[in-house]
Amino acid sequence: MLEIKNLHVKLEEEDKQILKGVDLTVEAGKVHAIMGPNGSGKSTLSYVLSGKDGYEVTDGTATLDGEDLLDLEPEERAAAGMFLAFQYPVEIPGVGNMTFLRTAVNAQRKARGEEELSAADFLKVVRAKAKTLKIDADMLKRPVNVGFSGGEKKRNEILQMAMLEPKMCILDETDSGLDVDAMKLVAEGVNALRDEGRGFLVITHYQRLLDHIKPDVVHIMANGRIVKTGGPELALEVENNGYADILAEVA
Amino acid sequence: MALPEVKQTATDARLAALTLPTGGCLEDARRAALSRVQTLGLPGRRDEYWKYTRPDTLTQVEAPKAAIFDTDEAPMFDEFDRLKVVFVDGVFAPEESDDLSLEGVTIERISDICDKDIHWAKDLYGVLEARGQSPVARPLAALNTAFAQDGLAIHVTGKPSKPINMIYRHSDEGSDAILHHVIRVDAGAEATILENGPAASRFNKCMEIDIADTGKLHLVRAQGRDHERRAATHLFARLGTESEFKSFTLTVNGVLTRNEAVIELTGDDAIAHIAGACAGDGDFHHDDTVFVTHDAVNCESRQVFKKVLRNGATGVFQGKILVKEGAQKTDGYQISQSLLLDDDSQFLAKPELEIYADDVACSHGSTSGAIDEDALFYLRSRGVPEGDATDLLTLAFLAEAVEEIEDEEIAAAIVTRLEGWLARRR
Repeated sequence: MLEIKNLHVKLEEEDKQILKGVDLTVEAGKVHAIMGPNGSGKSTLSYVLSGKDGYEVTDGTATLDGEDLLDLEPEERAAAGMFLAFQYPVEIPGVGNMTFLRTAVNAQRKARGEEELSAADFLKVVRAKAKTLKIDADMLKRPVNVGFSGGEKKRNEILQMAMLEPKMCILDETDSGLDVDAMKLVAEGVNALRDEGRGFLVITHYQRLLDHIKPDVVHIMANGRIVKTGGPELALEVENNGYADILAEVA
Repeated sequence: MALPEVKQTATDARLAALTLPTGGCLEDARRAALSRVQTLGLPGRRDEYWKYTRPDTLTQVEAPKAAIFDTDEAPMFDEFDRLKVVFVDGVFAPEESDDLSLEGVTIERISDICDKDIHWAKDLYGVLEARGQSPVARPLAALNTAFAQDGLAIHVTGKPSKPINMIYRHSDEGSDAILHHVIRVDAGAEATILENGPAASRFNKCMEIDIADTGKLHLVRAQGRDHERRAATHLFARLGTESEFKSFTLTVNGVLTRNEAVIELTGDDAIAHIAGACAGDGDFHHDDTVFVTHDAVNCESRQVFKKVLRNGATGVFQGKILVKEGAQKTDGYQISQSLLLDDDSQFLAKPELEIYADDVACSHGSTSGAIDEDALFYLRSRGVPEGDATDLLTLAFLAEAVEEIEDEEIAAAIVTRLEGWLARRR
């Protein structure tokens, strides 16, 4: 599904190489986790894949089902099935959450040549999905993420994911700023979307989230590369011993 | 004190080209206004109050030509049940207007108020304008009082069932219209007034509004899409105890617009909200100049102005809140913001507070910025194309001003116009 080969990325504004040859393949139906120390390039990887400005790809490729992602505009990547759950969801004053969701869903449908959802159909679907994430009518009415707590913002990200039904979901530190109950709720939302046609890339610092969203494969990223790949036990190793041992081992 | 020579010459030339309507009960008021113009002189480039807006095309003898603008878009407010009062190039057009009788309101032309002996209108004409000349001179308003060729006297005595809609049509490329309305809202009465249309090539409009205790007036105007029109408008409002005045102005296009609002809160617990949203590009120049005076206890005033500017357009905001001695518990708010869609456009703002009472809450802010890149990326990452996302964020930026309109249907109609403006500029 998602195939990243030898990806090299530097910051556009300064001469700083962030990704130094990332190789990673996420198969449909699988959950991959990326762990790694601060500054290893995890968030950059998520931004580059979703098309954020400010990064320059100097080498390598990234494809989704064979389609070159790096050539596409962010909205085209979204229509192709890419989704990033932001570490820091953006507040948009003046745009109602419901309007935002509906605009996004219909823009993607339009881009894929599908018919737009009617207001009534949309409302029905969004209400049902919001309910399982404990998002009330008030949160749907309010401007996007404005005045939302940390947990509400993350739940709102998962709601968008549920509405957009992407092929490839990247979760960038979705557990940060969440208490245990909120994390469970978010994890349940993600698990409900697990499907044999859908791939997940979960970026996290902590094993905790992976207790709830069980990964198939765990990667350790350091200094702009994937330095070690293993099963779920690798996450436990990090939790118990930190990164020092692993980094020493691969150095 | 003698006027500077340039000003004297310009004022003399303009006045020589106008004829003061004589006879009738307004003659004294008109003559007094003429003498105010002569004393003050017409605005010039060196006047502090006109620092950001060049007044020359507003004061020159001939109105600059403005092409008649054709559009297949339905006129603003067409979908609403309203009482239509049509003016063509600043002259009342009875055959295009509705019958002016409506329960709860009396509408007359100012030319009829003497014959019909309408005391309140005679007593109001030019009075608020004259009060509004201090502490800042507004000579174009005095010129209007002196030479107004037409206008309405609207007496709101009850709660009319529908809005009164003044529609200003433009049919002559060189028309120079001067209109003066006086409006009186009785105690407990409430009405909505709508205004739309370009009016003329050059439009000088003055509206004096006197709201008695507990009266309410909502004013929503849409200054039309004509690219070449020029307008200088003045709104003078005096508010009694527990009265309410809410005004919203939409401006799209137009080469030069100066909208002044002079609001005086004279009764306790009164509320005045003055808002505006404008969108323009190219040689668009839009100036909102607002002066709110708190002269009573526990009054609330809000000024909310938002401007979207592109391709070298200019936005101006001069807003003042004056809290007089004794106007305790004043709640004053003022915000002026611009969204600059490129590096060529500019926003010039002069927010002012002057406070002589010690128990008040006044806040003001002014910002100028571009589209929020993070919000834009967020929307695009969800599949919204860049153009749509930019429009959505632009409308969101204007929302705070549009939300000042109390009637949701009218607010929705305003949003539709703004959407149209944005869509045409893709």
